Amino acid sequence: MSAVLQVEHLSASIGGQQVVEDVSFSVPATGVTAVLGRNGVGKTSTIKAILGLVERSGTVLLDGEPIDREPTHRIVQRGVGYVPEDREVFTALTVEENLRLAVRDREPRRELVEALFPDLVRRSAQRAGTLSGGQQQMLSMARALLNRNRLLLVDEPTKGLAPKIVTELATALQEAARTVPVLLVEQNLQVIEQLAQDVVVIDGGRVVHTGPAAELLGDEAAVRRYLGVHAEQPPTARRSDDDAPGAQPPTARAAEEARP
Amino acid sequence: MSITVLLLITGLGLGALYFLVASGLSLIYGLMGVLNFAHGAFLTLGAFIGFEVSRAVGATTWPGFAVAVVLGALAGAAIAALSELLLIRPLYQRHIEQVLVTVGLGLVTVALYEGIWGTDPIFISGPAWLDRTTSVLGANVPNDRFLAIGAAVAVLVGLVLFLKHTRYGLVIRAGVENRAMVTALGIDVRRSFTLVFTIGGAAAGLGGVLASQYFGYVSAHLGGTLLIFAFIVTVIGGLGSLTGAALAAVLVAVPQQFANYYLGIGDLIAVLALALVLLVRPSGLMGAKAA
Repeated sequence: MSAVLQVEHLSASIGGQQVVEDVSFSVPATGVTAVLGRNGVGKTSTIKAILGLVERSGTVLLDGEPIDREPTHRIVQRGVGYVPEDREVFTALTVEENLRLAVRDREPRRELVEALFPDLVRRSAQRAGTLSGGQQQMLSMARALLNRNRLLLVDEPTKGLAPKIVTELATALQEAARTVPVLLVEQNLQVIEQLAQDVVVIDGGRVVHTGPAAELLGDEAAVRRYLGVHAEQPPTARRSDDDAPGAQPPTARAAEEARP
Repeated sequence: MSITVLLLITGLGLGALYFLVASGLSLIYGLMGVLNFAHGAFLTLGAFIGFEVSRAVGATTWPGFAVAVVLGALAGAAIAALSELLLIRPLYQRHIEQVLVTVGLGLVTVALYEGIWGTDPIFISGPAWLDRTTSVLGANVPNDRFLAIGAAVAVLVGLVLFLKHTRYGLVIRAGVENRAMVTALGIDVRRSFTLVFTIGGAAAGLGGVLASQYFGYVSAHLGGTLLIFAFIVTVIGGLGSLTGAALAAVLVAVPQQFANYYLGIGDLIAVLALALVLLVRPSGLMGAKAA
């Protein structure tokens, strides 16, 4: 299968400190490819390096064309949608203004976004800063889905959210993945299991494993070794930043936090 | 009573001048993180161009004065745009160097203006109405104060409408909050940098023409004098907040006028207000909360 994104020998640094080292992998032209790894191993930095948001070296090809020397806005204009970690919605702007700002296409996919996130339609005049964490995440994802992208980079969309919202977001991502390949950073293994066909595991800033998602998740020893968590681990109760209280599915982050 | 009214309206007029300078400073810092110490140079050039136009076409008439105002604002906009394109943009994300360049530009332009127009203040006059006074509740208020207040209100309303209802305004508002994320939406935020500099320069240039009417003279140091108080206003209002700048301009200038009249310590009042705000609310009256 052809690759929409090829990353070759990508290294990145933040404030002079190397956070990604010689990372190479490719993203197939369809489906969801998940980037996995424990906290602080360089997953988010890898996504940011692809987008040019941090200092980087190496080769990044989008549909065979190099984008590693282009500024971030040009990479995005080429059709790379981005859903950042921590949502990063513009809190002083309304929901509608956030969406309007994100529009690049002549005919944005308003209907798709409204169908996936009807709550946002009802709240279009509301300031984004007053939305709950889950609603902000929906808005962040809606911004990316408005345009017809060639690739979607999605960074920890379910982080800190209540299970109900996680399910809604996973469904939306699944829907989005029908039309655009997705590179997804995620710690929630249930979401990975539901969405991802392939996985890239990063440890210590390097790629330590690539392959089918089902194969990795079916190998308990590998999951424990790479992510420090049992694939069948019972849900861990965690406080979410959303309104609805509830238990979280197993995450590599939860395992990290539980360590002595 | 008449003294109070006079000081109040005169203070509002001074606040209007502060706002015309501070609005640009605040937007530039909010979006780009650049403390622009050359902003006074934009104001001074506007004032000198206004003076030259008034000499050439006769600014004692309203049409002549209008031309002086427009060309003064355009001169401020032009020098600001050039400064951003030639000096600030090559130093993108190198904030210390950007600040140093603006300090250098501020010093060089004063020397340049003195070389061209001399070191002595040049006394000017405008339309006869500006030299007269209007009686308000028994106070004879110089008319140029009303002009400054009207211009500042018009600039504030214009900028708010621009920020609220245009695509560029949306980009600037978003960029003030999170510049990197604006870029990550596929928007070349550098265009907004030039635009914000240009708008700020135009407001400063307009402020220059009006300030020369307010004070009755133009000199190479006019911008520098107002810049100090404009910085105070910008910090008190909250960096990046236009309405904060407007509010702070009034809150600084009016007490400054009263303190000057009754105690002779107007400048000290402005500095004390700055110190108080920094102690109680470091992010300014309407700025984002400090981390």
